[in-house]
Amino acid sequence: MDNQSVLVIEAGKAERHYWKDLWRYRELFYFLAWRDILVRYKQTVIGLAWALIRPFLTMVVFVIVFSKLAKLPSEGVPYPILVFAALLPWQFFANAFTEAGNSLISNAGMISKVYFPRLVIPTSAVIVSFVDFLISGIILVGLMVWYGFAPDWRIVTLPLFIFIAFAAAMGAGLWIAALNVKYRDFRYIIPFVVQFGLYVSPVGFSSAIVPEQWRLLYSLNPMVGVIDGFRWAILGGNTQLYWPGFLLSLFLVMLILVTGIVYFRKTEKTFADVI
Amino acid sequence: MSPVIAVENLSKKYIIGHQKQERYTALRDVLANGAKRVTHKLTHPFAAQENDPAHEEFWALKDINFDIMQGDRVGIIGRNGAGKSTLLKILSRITEPTSGKISIKGRVASLLEVGTGFHPELTGRENIFLNGAILGMSKAEIKSKFDEIVAFAEIEKFLDTPVKRYSSGMYVRLAFAVAAHLEPEILIVDEVLAVGDAQFQKKCMGKMEIVGREGRTVLFVSHNMAAIKTLCSKGIVLNKGQMIFQGEVKEAVDQYMGSDNLDKNEIYWDDIADAPGNKNIRLKSIAIRPLRGSIIDIDSGIEISTVFYNTTAGKSLDFTLYLFTLDGVCLFESGIILSSAGDANVGYFSTKGIIPPHLLNAGIYKINLLFGEGQRYALYKVEDVISFEVDHTATARGSNMSRAPGVIRPVLDWSFKFLSQ
Repeated sequence: MDNQSVLVIEAGKAERHYWKDLWRYRELFYFLAWRDILVRYKQTVIGLAWALIRPFLTMVVFVIVFSKLAKLPSEGVPYPILVFAALLPWQFFANAFTEAGNSLISNAGMISKVYFPRLVIPTSAVIVSFVDFLISGIILVGLMVWYGFAPDWRIVTLPLFIFIAFAAAMGAGLWIAALNVKYRDFRYIIPFVVQFGLYVSPVGFSSAIVPEQWRLLYSLNPMVGVIDGFRWAILGGNTQLYWPGFLLSLFLVMLILVTGIVYFRKTEKTFADVI
Repeated sequence: MSPVIAVENLSKKYIIGHQKQERYTALRDVLANGAKRVTHKLTHPFAAQENDPAHEEFWALKDINFDIMQGDRVGIIGRNGAGKSTLLKILSRITEPTSGKISIKGRVASLLEVGTGFHPELTGRENIFLNGAILGMSKAEIKSKFDEIVAFAEIEKFLDTPVKRYSSGMYVRLAFAVAAHLEPEILIVDEVLAVGDAQFQKKCMGKMEIVGREGRTVLFVSHNMAAIKTLCSKGIVLNKGQMIFQGEVKEAVDQYMGSDNLDKNEIYWDDIADAPGNKNIRLKSIAIRPLRGSIIDIDSGIEISTVFYNTTAGKSLDFTLYLFTLDGVCLFESGIILSSAGDANVGYFSTKGIIPPHLLNAGIYKINLLFGEGQRYALYKVEDVISFEVDHTATARGSNMSRAPGVIRPVLDWSFKFLSQ
């Protein structure tokens, strides 16, 4: 027995085991995500189709509003593809942000009765949204086939941008999840941010229509960089990436992620006491 | 041998808010209070920082020290609010201590609630995997124990039925089965066995005994002294956040009962502010006396009298007493209506109730009180406020002095006739 590792519990000293524990509980990420997906589709009639119908209809509306009515330029690619290349990361972010934000509250019972690294819960929520993201990706492939649109070499860089989108969703999700435990006001802020964000992000239009002198300011919205990156990788051809703006967005995404993890770690010890 | 669990100077503080029902904070209040403080500072720059009257410190645990050796089966005893659950939560790493240090050797599994993380929509099979993962088992481990878990829970036929269709007994069986197959070096169990039927409780106790015999360490919280005595070898008694006893389980149980004024059958609170109560009701005194003679026994009859202070006027006030055995079985409730027209006076009331002779068997009993409004709402509820022992007597029973079986011991109206030869 003496060669066993000794666990020391002391005020403010949980850090030492944390990352090791996170690794030990790695299967829990999978199980919680699996539970959420399973439950969601057990209760719905058309199940998985929801992950396809919602983005598809949103795309149709955006094409009608921004292309047919507002007559915005399409950068030489079919407008539905232009919209969908942006809708994919945006919906991923919006879903992940919402789900992660509410994840701790809806798992309050587990938090107050069992120990595991709390980081597992919001992360699993983001993973669930990521699965939806992958499923919606089928529509993009379908659109490309329909319009006979072939991406060029840049498509291989897509995983990098997916990673950035994931980081943005994680960072924002962790912030909102931790804040929501302490201040329940944040449950009202979540839908507002999602709705507001859709208008200030270049989802229905190309960010190329933003006047040159405003683009850096526009990139203060980290999703601008993520969406532009997706378009750059998927649409190829003459789509240009506005590098200063992209780097600014990238920096902000990483900043949100790192501070999100730090804030979450700092507050998570008290979750069981306040939830 | 070094201890598997060493607890040094452990304390845990909670801040309790008096105004709010919810524990979380509303951002609105934070902003409003912040603004108030700033304006206060500006208008009264030299005023001392005042304490927030809405918040009060509460030490759920204070300076707890104990060691637990490998293979010990330790019962943790105490009244509600003594800090048992907080101690288990800290040992299970659900919440952090405020100060102090704990060293634990070996894998800990804690079962503070049955079926944590169970999802009603998922099937029994799916929930076994989910719950196992939440409790810290790997997928491979769950797979290897799967058949054992199912057999223990006796749910073979319903494996692929959503657990929302399970009976509550099945639900509890399944949940306990998963946790019981964790095979930790240290098992922490809160009062979860109170649920489920008697047969299954027995099975759970058996399983925990096996765990203990295998040299693993068990920490067990229960209000059921009989269960504690059967299962545990050692005992720790907590009272108001402090440890008042550690040692052999029998002594611990005696200490727990004794600590609650077993011999002193009268409690009187000098300062009403320290007395049990809340904003509606304050208890002033409670006394248990024999109706006849000087010893409470089967024949004596028992008089229970209380004095309390009612704070708010214009209520329909009623008073109910609950009598419990030491094992937590409620024997009866009985009470009196003090006012039914919403016109109770502010001030002191006294109540008196008499338990007739030959009702209670010899044993130890506990009392809960409930002060209600209009026989509908609880104004104040106090558990285990006092306990008392009923002694054996020989009178009216012939000369047999051993304790008769049964919870009550009535003298029935017997008669007999000799019919024929």
